[in-house]
Amino acid sequence: MVAKRIIPCLDVKDGRTVKGINFEQLRDVGSPVELGKFYAREGADELVYLDISASAEGRRTFTSLVEQISHEINIPFTVGGGISSLDDASRLLNAGADKITLNTAAVADPALIDRIATRYGRQFVVIAIDARLEEDGIWHVTTHGGRRSTDLELFSWAREAESRGAGEILFTSMNHDGTRQGYPCEAFARLSEEVSVPIIASGGAGSVDDIVRVLTEGRADAALAASIFHYGEISIRDLKRQLSDKNIKVAL
Amino acid sequence: MIAIIDYKTGNLRSVENALYRLGAEFRLTADPEEIRDATHVILPGVGNASEAMANLRETGLVPSLLRLRKPVLGICVGMQIMCRHSEEGDVECMGIFDAFVKKFVAAPDLKVPHTGWNNLSNLESKLFRGIDSGAFVYFVHSYYAGLCPDTIATARQGEMFSAALKYENFYGVQFHPEKSGAVGERIIKNFIEL
Repeated sequence: MVAKRIIPCLDVKDGRTVKGINFEQLRDVGSPVELGKFYAREGADELVYLDISASAEGRRTFTSLVEQISHEINIPFTVGGGISSLDDASRLLNAGADKITLNTAAVADPALIDRIATRYGRQFVVIAIDARLEEDGIWHVTTHGGRRSTDLELFSWAREAESRGAGEILFTSMNHDGTRQGYPCEAFARLSEEVSVPIIASGGAGSVDDIVRVLTEGRADAALAASIFHYGEISIRDLKRQLSDKNIKVAL
Repeated sequence: MIAIIDYKTGNLRSVENALYRLGAEFRLTADPEEIRDATHVILPGVGNASEAMANLRETGLVPSLLRLRKPVLGICVGMQIMCRHSEEGDVECMGIFDAFVKKFVAAPDLKVPHTGWNNLSNLESKLFRGIDSGAFVYFVHSYYAGLCPDTIATARQGEMFSAALKYENFYGVQFHPEKSGAVGERIIKNFIEL
């Protein structure tokens, strides 16, 4: 059976890697290509690069960075951030990206998922969902990095995204992101029942146990994390060894 | 020179980049003469098998591909369209490998597409020289070729399927060697050395 995946996420601004704590405070943690190669050597299963540049110039820098990454890195990588059209997707595919993530743009124009998946295949399209559990007990989908609420509900949106052509769902709980208190495992487990595409858990990992829980109780297929890797608190290699010791299948 | 068949199928960059990293000479081409002069031929492919098959037929290259006597490697959907038939769009394929391509049926712990790193077993070809049984490679696909006499490697996702196929000089891999780290690089190197 396929192994559970560990995916470091690298936020990139104007060609440099940064990490957002709750998307607000940013600190520069290095060169995207070098950091990616380091993680690949350490046993990362895939990489995710998120472009958080606000300017057109930053976007151009990111595209040439994607070309450089695809030249030098021999594991799959996903890119995201600000993709809002089929043209954006085509530009990144041609630069060598294996997958893209869509978030805000897919909420604004769900048919964009169909257009990209029809052209390039389901495996190319990862739908990122940021949702917040509100007092009404409902997971509300948010956009713009959690700053805006929508009328969409997490599980129905995930089902719609799948039926339109998502190949994977990357779910981040805005209640947990950046808190390092673990993942909402119940919500993840339900998501796994609602859709049949792989689920990537993001936002909230503070310890190895958190990751163990989301991959077992939460039934997630992959865990994505940033700060616990960027600040060297645990190496990917050690993490995967510990997962393997707990009988979770990982590629070692 | 290695010819990578250009038939308007998704991401060809990763195959080019993998060959570039190995220092191999290659060309993206749909020109029958260039393909005839090549030492090796790679048929990449992502996306939908019936569309890939239609695009390939449109190039007019199918009869000359079938006549090749040099090593040919189909990757992912490239491998699938070298089989007899695919359920994806109910399409007749090239019929090189004696296999039928079917859709994975999703189950609680069987996500579709089959995405990620899985082990190879029952390795039976020079293509896998230096690769141990159990080695991990990267897969992403919703359709699979069943086991058949041409199977030269297997993987398991629910049931066992063909991770690689071979018939005479034709090879096919369901996984992406160009995305499978050092193991994938070795497999591509083995292919180039055939």
